[in-house]
Amino acid sequence: MSGWSVEIDARTCIGTGMCVGAAPKYFQRKSSKSVPVHDHVEPDEDLLDAAFACPAEAIRVRDEATGDVLVPEA
Amino acid sequence: MTERYPFSEPERLEVDPGYARTREGEGLTRVQLPYGTPTYIATRYEDVKSLLSDPRFSRELAVGEDEPRVMPYVHRPDALTTMDPPRHSRLRRVVSKAFSARRIEALRPSTQQIVDALLDRMENEGGPLDLMRSYALEVPMLVVCELLGVPYEDRDRFHDWSSVLASTASSGVGVDELMRANEDLRAYLGKLIALRRTEPAEDLLSVLAEAHDTDDRLTEDEMVSLAWSVLLAGYEITAYEIGNFAYTLLTGPEHLKALLDDPGLVERAVEELLRQVPLTSASFYPRRAAEDVELGGTLVRKGEAVLPSMMAANRDETVYPNAEKIDFSRDATGHLAFSYGIHHCLGAQLARMELQVVIASLLRRFPGLRLAVDVDDIPWRKGSILRGPLELMVTW
Ligand code: HEM
Ligand code: SF4
Repeated sequence: MSGWSVEIDARTCIGTGMCVGAAPKYFQRKSSKSVPVHDHVEPDEDLLDAAFACPAEAIRVRDEATGDVLVPEA
Repeated sequence: MTERYPFSEPERLEVDPGYARTREGEGLTRVQLPYGTPTYIATRYEDVKSLLSDPRFSRELAVGEDEPRVMPYVHRPDALTTMDPPRHSRLRRVVSKAFSARRIEALRPSTQQIVDALLDRMENEGGPLDLMRSYALEVPMLVVCELLGVPYEDRDRFHDWSSVLASTASSGVGVDELMRANEDLRAYLGKLIALRRTEPAEDLLSVLAEAHDTDDRLTEDEMVSLAWSVLLAGYEITAYEIGNFAYTLLTGPEHLKALLDDPGLVERAVEELLRQVPLTSASFYPRRAAEDVELGGTLVRKGEAVLPSMMAANRDETVYPNAEKIDFSRDATGHLAFSYGIHHCLGAQLARMELQVVIASLLRRFPGLRLAVDVDDIPWRKGSILRGPLELMVTW
């Protein structure tokens, strides 16, 4: 399998909308929180930038081929 | 029709009925601020959230001589608050880690120490004393100085620069004075950062210096602007928010009692107060449409500006029933006090943590806290973007 998986932990998301504002292609509002538009995506730096900016570290991006966690940084 | 804005000079923490009128009316209202082009103002919760997260609305395009604004000076184009992606993302990434929820939580014990030491001093001094000077202005100054690495001895100079820079059109502070304060503060910060290059420390200024030196991600000006935003945003805003929260609790016995009876309520209380307390005297930081966009029943043409009113959005009845009323049992999360979207307050987690520690510790130490003056004799800040008591005499 190639590509990345994207998840948002609904318990830690504090609904800042930073991800939605930064990458509306990948994130959308759902009531007071945010959710990924797709669970599986092609690699894209814009997605990483948006994910890194999450102050709650609620966004998790994984490389599906290697299983490596790209965001959050350890 | 274009209305004048601010709708009125703010009195204490009162909210002009103009906000409710425009929120409940049709489309977006057009207003003229003291400086800049006419602009629309968005006051409904959904509209404000859309405005703040729609990339077609640009912050960068709104900045310049013609930016609709209440403050006389023109914002620099190289600050976080005046940039669009990708420049904004690049800059924000350098500092975002230092402000993550996890990192801020780690600052809670040292914040508690700062707060406890100030409360000890107040207890020794005895009441009545000015809560603004002894507490509200002290905590954020000490916290932000520690975070950035600004020496505490310089706090008086810093305070003066900061209050000059928060002046609005009605304050009588001239543009020259503003520009001078701005240049002095920038020069001062530049010097501190230069020091960190030779002697790095465990602070944010060192992080900035390193980001400049090692991978050339930050220019000299960007570095100074970042430090500038963190200092100014981190100090006075939080200080007056503490003052306003204290005023609200001391003049609302039922809220004070609720917190005294159940100290575990503090997190909810802080969110509800962030939602309900109008901290600023006017909206600021308009966005400009990069193309035609439909918003709140109005077609905003390319090049037109829209001002977000977070305060009005936080009082939208469709989202918060009885919005005018403070109610610690409501779920206020989702409020827009820290904005929304890519410019969401960098210091939000820090401010929340500070406010929680500040309020909880104050009431724990002085359960009998009360005003030592008549409410009508409390002097209020005027001619500033921030509202708040200038002096809040209390005793216990
Ligand atoms: C109760 C306290 C505070 C409130 C109500 C508040 C409110 C806000 C708001 C509404 C914005 C966004 C404006 C916009 O959408 O353009 C903002 C941005 C910002 N705040 Fe705060 N703030 C507070 C405390 C702090 C603290 C403690 C810090 C730093 C130590 C801070 C640093 C910043 C910075 C750097 C930005 C710019 C972010 C960007 O444009 O990417 N703030 N704040
Ligand atoms: S940036 Fe993080 S906290 Fe903010 S809405 Fe997105 S996932 Fe939630």
